[in-house]
Amino acid sequence: MRDLTEPLVELIRRTSTDLPPDVEQALTAAREREAAGSAARGALEAILQNVELSRRNSTPICQDTGTPIFYVHYPAGWSTRRLREQIRDAVAQATQRAYLRPNAVDALTEKNSGNNLGDEAFPTIHFEEVEGEELIVDLMLKGGGCENVGAQYSLPNSALGAGRDLAGVRKAVLDAVHKAQGQGCAPGILGVAIGGDRGSSYYASKEVLLRQMEESNPDSQLAALETRLTEEANRLGIGPMGFGGQTTVLGVKMTGMHRLPASFFVTVSYMCWAHRRRRMLVRGDEVVYD
Amino acid sequence: MRNLILPLSDEAIRELKVGDPVALSGVMVTGRDAVHKWLIETFIKKTRAPQGDDLAVYEAIQPLLTGSAIYHCGPVVSGLDTKDYRFVAAGPTTSTREEPYQGDVMRHFNIKAVIGKGGMGPKTLAACREAPGVYLHAIGGAASLIAQTVERVLGVYKLDFGVPEAMWVIEVRNFPAVVTMDAHGYSLHAEVESRSKAELDRLLTA
Repeated sequence: MRDLTEPLVELIRRTSTDLPPDVEQALTAAREREAAGSAARGALEAILQNVELSRRNSTPICQDTGTPIFYVHYPAGWSTRRLREQIRDAVAQATQRAYLRPNAVDALTEKNSGNNLGDEAFPTIHFEEVEGEELIVDLMLKGGGCENVGAQYSLPNSALGAGRDLAGVRKAVLDAVHKAQGQGCAPGILGVAIGGDRGSSYYASKEVLLRQMEESNPDSQLAALETRLTEEANRLGIGPMGFGGQTTVLGVKMTGMHRLPASFFVTVSYMCWAHRRRRMLVRGDEVVYD
Repeated sequence: MRNLILPLSDEAIRELKVGDPVALSGVMVTGRDAVHKWLIETFIKKTRAPQGDDLAVYEAIQPLLTGSAIYHCGPVVSGLDTKDYRFVAAGPTTSTREEPYQGDVMRHFNIKAVIGKGGMGPKTLAACREAPGVYLHAIGGAASLIAQTVERVLGVYKLDFGVPEAMWVIEVRNFPAVVTMDAHGYSLHAEVESRSKAELDRLLTA
């Protein structure tokens, strides 16, 4: 088994410093929708300048480099134990090189580990064995500001008049966007999971954020709801940074799950505009980045 | 664009209105969750006795904060091993977590400007009226851009809180922000919240 530590450091560098093109395009389109001279347009101009500067200088787009969340799809024959060691080494090295901020704080002692290595879940690593020859690592960096405004609803919710159906899901999502205001670094991207239990639903609401901005939902009902929610969330007028404006969310990504008869959860993971996700593909001796 | 030089006079503060873009130059100090909790417990409510270097740090930061700005920021810093510190990425963190503490910290040190993102609530708005003071909104996530305005790192206190939570003393030049809460009782955040709530209610009953 080859050592992937160095290619993984490069994956982290790219993820932290180079915003994916589909997200940058969505931000550029959002800038064009804001009135000249408005605070909202000024915010998006600064954001786009910052994206360019970070890419050029290889510096973090945002100082909150978040929780590193790795999704590893590996063919038979790889050792997940060794992959975990290599990922953890790569995270510590990337922190040393200032691609990541030391972010792992012991909740009991308040001690920052200084190298981004905490317990088993920090960094977070999901493994899944797949058919074929290719190993794929997706990395998402999710900052704390947007993580804090994530929300979970148990339907029915009488305060919102939200029942156990897609109409109720719509109301829960709009409420979450309103509660978040600009605090999750709007304009955000919403990952929404419907169903599951409390844990699996949060997990799925993050994983769905790996989809491309323009990717249409394979389920036609959810595709329609994603479009409608994007439009309605933007009607709230919260705008970039909560300054007021045309774009509050850049997109909505939804997924349906199975649930218990008694439970109907709607889980919203709010991703800030700095939606840092990158992919690395390993095929034999070759390493390819998206 | 208004150019503001730190420290700030009461007169300069009163001239600022919600919506004004500003460029700050001078010396400011970063401070976020751990710092606010520590200041309140040790020096303001005094529910905890000073220990270790607490008193020495207080003596050092007190003159830096007086009349100046506190920045809610947990930076990415290079040169940690050589102490040749440089800010690599330094955007604002969400300010609302400091809402329980900020007003009292502003009054204690006579802080004139609070810099962060996402805005703050009624307690801080009241302190802005009294001080007088302002809340300046920096662009969340614009970390490389803002780090370029940090010309020098003059020092660091409480590094044992961790790099993001330490108090970094920095000299900035043309640090960009927007006034979103002013000394006259106006808050852009309160306004956007109430407008968006009215629209939410329409959408929920539609």
